[in-house]
Amino acid sequence: MNNRLGAQSGNTAPRNPRMPIEIIQAGLRKRHAAEFRFRLYGLVAITLGLLSLGTLFFTIFSQAYTAFEQTQIKLDLFVDAQLLDPDGRQDPEILLSADYGAIVKAGIGKLFPEVESRRDQRALKALVSQGATYKLREMVMQNPGVIGKTLTLWVPADDDVDMLMKGHTDRKEPEATRRLKDNQLAWLDRLQRDGRLEKRFNMDFFTQGDSREPEIAGIWGGVVGSLYTLALTLVFSFPLGVAAAVYLEEFAPQNRWTDLIEVNINNLAAVPSIVFGLLGLAVFINFFGLPRSVPLVGSMVLTLMVLPTIIIASRSALKSVPPSIREGALGIGASPLQAVTMHVLPLAMPGMLTGAIISMAHALGETAPLLMIGMVAFIVDIPKGTLDPAAVLPVQIFLWADSPERAFVERTSAAIVVLLGFLVTMNALAVILRKRFERRW
Amino acid sequence: MDTNTEDQVGASRTATISRDHRETVGNVRVDDPRIRCNGINVYYGTNHAVHNVNLDIGKNEIIALIGPSGCGKTTFLRCLNRMNDTIPGCRVEGEILMDGQNINDKEVDVVPLRARVGIVFQKPNPFPKSVFENVAFGPRIHGLARDKTELEEIVVSSLKKAGLWEEVKDRLEEPGTGLSGGQQQRLCIARAIAVQPEVILMDEPCSALDPIATAKIEQLMAELRENYSICIVTHNMQQAARVAVRTAFFHLGDLIEVGETTQIFTKPRHELTEDYVTGRFG
Repeated sequence: MNNRLGAQSGNTAPRNPRMPIEIIQAGLRKRHAAEFRFRLYGLVAITLGLLSLGTLFFTIFSQAYTAFEQTQIKLDLFVDAQLLDPDGRQDPEILLSADYGAIVKAGIGKLFPEVESRRDQRALKALVSQGATYKLREMVMQNPGVIGKTLTLWVPADDDVDMLMKGHTDRKEPEATRRLKDNQLAWLDRLQRDGRLEKRFNMDFFTQGDSREPEIAGIWGGVVGSLYTLALTLVFSFPLGVAAAVYLEEFAPQNRWTDLIEVNINNLAAVPSIVFGLLGLAVFINFFGLPRSVPLVGSMVLTLMVLPTIIIASRSALKSVPPSIREGALGIGASPLQAVTMHVLPLAMPGMLTGAIISMAHALGETAPLLMIGMVAFIVDIPKGTLDPAAVLPVQIFLWADSPERAFVERTSAAIVVLLGFLVTMNALAVILRKRFERRW
Repeated sequence: MDTNTEDQVGASRTATISRDHRETVGNVRVDDPRIRCNGINVYYGTNHAVHNVNLDIGKNEIIALIGPSGCGKTTFLRCLNRMNDTIPGCRVEGEILMDGQNINDKEVDVVPLRARVGIVFQKPNPFPKSVFENVAFGPRIHGLARDKTELEEIVVSSLKKAGLWEEVKDRLEEPGTGLSGGQQQRLCIARAIAVQPEVILMDEPCSALDPIATAKIEQLMAELRENYSICIVTHNMQQAARVAVRTAFFHLGDLIEVGETTQIFTKPRHELTEDYVTGRFG
């Protein structure tokens, strides 16, 4: 390059050899440019990441927030003793099977005495959710003293009414394609004028189980199912994983067998999660005969799934403990177990906990293996134990996303918000735990 | 297949090294040995690191092991409390007698052995716990103290013996890793003597320390000699000359010469020893 330049300029005098500092100076510009480009790439990557995260959060939250409110109708319900409890014995079995729908129907009918035809009455009743009936039954079952009195209750409106109130359906659509007909719209307007129709905080969403009716479907069943599943997964996987890691790292001899085990653990970490579901189905349910859809089996499957991750994370945490600590302990006569439990494990604990909590977050969001063991079933009741059929949050989201009703759209997003809330809480917990353990040097 | 050929190569290499094995010059024996080593050979896999070493470590003496890097002195030192057990692929052959018992026997439990033969490492390695906990760890795992006051007494007396008490008496609850390098090394010595060993092995204890900290540790060794046998590996010949009663010179896995320290440094009998102590190589 220099030679060619020299020849072009026609300079025949012996070229002055350049000083090293000149060469360095000449190259500096290029180096700075490279550095600047590298920083730019990094910034672009981070900005893109933040942008997509922001978009995700924005779309989810903007769809979800309406689900935290639910349109409700104020009804005066006369709890007719004649209808519910003709004998007056307050027998729970009779109370349970009584016709509460009729009371709700009478309650809304009383507000619109001019509605006479059966068809119109049915249309009127359709404005109130089926949930109103369940709510009334629950109240009577809990407190039979209300029989014979008039209750003033806010009951959930039908999801079509809810969607109209939230502006998700268009009033101006032709009546034929509209879900709510003209007469229903007129009744609703009158209810609103009377202050009997308004959006109120949707407590049911946080306290109820799943339902086919979106207006009374809640997330609590999924939350409880997830909690049971996750707690059991942690109980199973953390001690197992740590024990396996400690044995492999600190005690096992280095030979072909341990190499084989190590390779297999690393491979297991890459196995698609649905395969673990199939394994759980074949082994736990078909062979051992454990029940379907229960958190116990779900957690066992998830344990299999997260174990490799926990073992790998724990092993690297153990590896990062300086060998001088082990030597120091062994050198004054600690047994290998004492050296590990009293010195190595406490130092490796923050790393192990981080691995475990990341695995738990992974398990919390996992759907595929749970589908295989029947945790995708439609379950209304809140699970009361680890052997009760249950859904988990991600499966609940999957089920709602699959439902045709418009009102499930916002509920799906709201359920995602709840799931994200859980994940953030867990990660915060991980940070706090790590900080606490680290403070003990 | 691969391993086989490797083994053969290793075997032939071992054979060549063994052929020029050199006899030790000087008297390796003492009248009243604390530890007596007979025919110690150490192998790392196929590498023959220490060749047929015979050496006594006397009661209440300080013996220095000197020699150029890689001569096997640290490896030999670590045989004396079986620390080499922790190195995968390391094999120690020979007899190490302590009170008539061969402690190199696989049947011997290393836990009580290491309580009798303590070790201080090259790099100070206090536990990341408080100063108190560092010293209390040994007595605690061996159950040497019946109650808390006794444990405290042991800790205080160990710190005093290690010459550290005055410096740390107000910081017992602070982390041991927060002390200076020299203090950390003395903390490690206190940790070793807290279990009341009979022998203390020191593997280049001052190589990471400044001259003042080194002087303190040397002074400490002279005091500790009254109650313990000390075997110290050092690169620093002045240090060996200052602290040791006897000195053993290693070269390429062979124990070349053993003798009174003054004799080794003033009238070495082996050519290699003379070359080393006069600084011609090393």
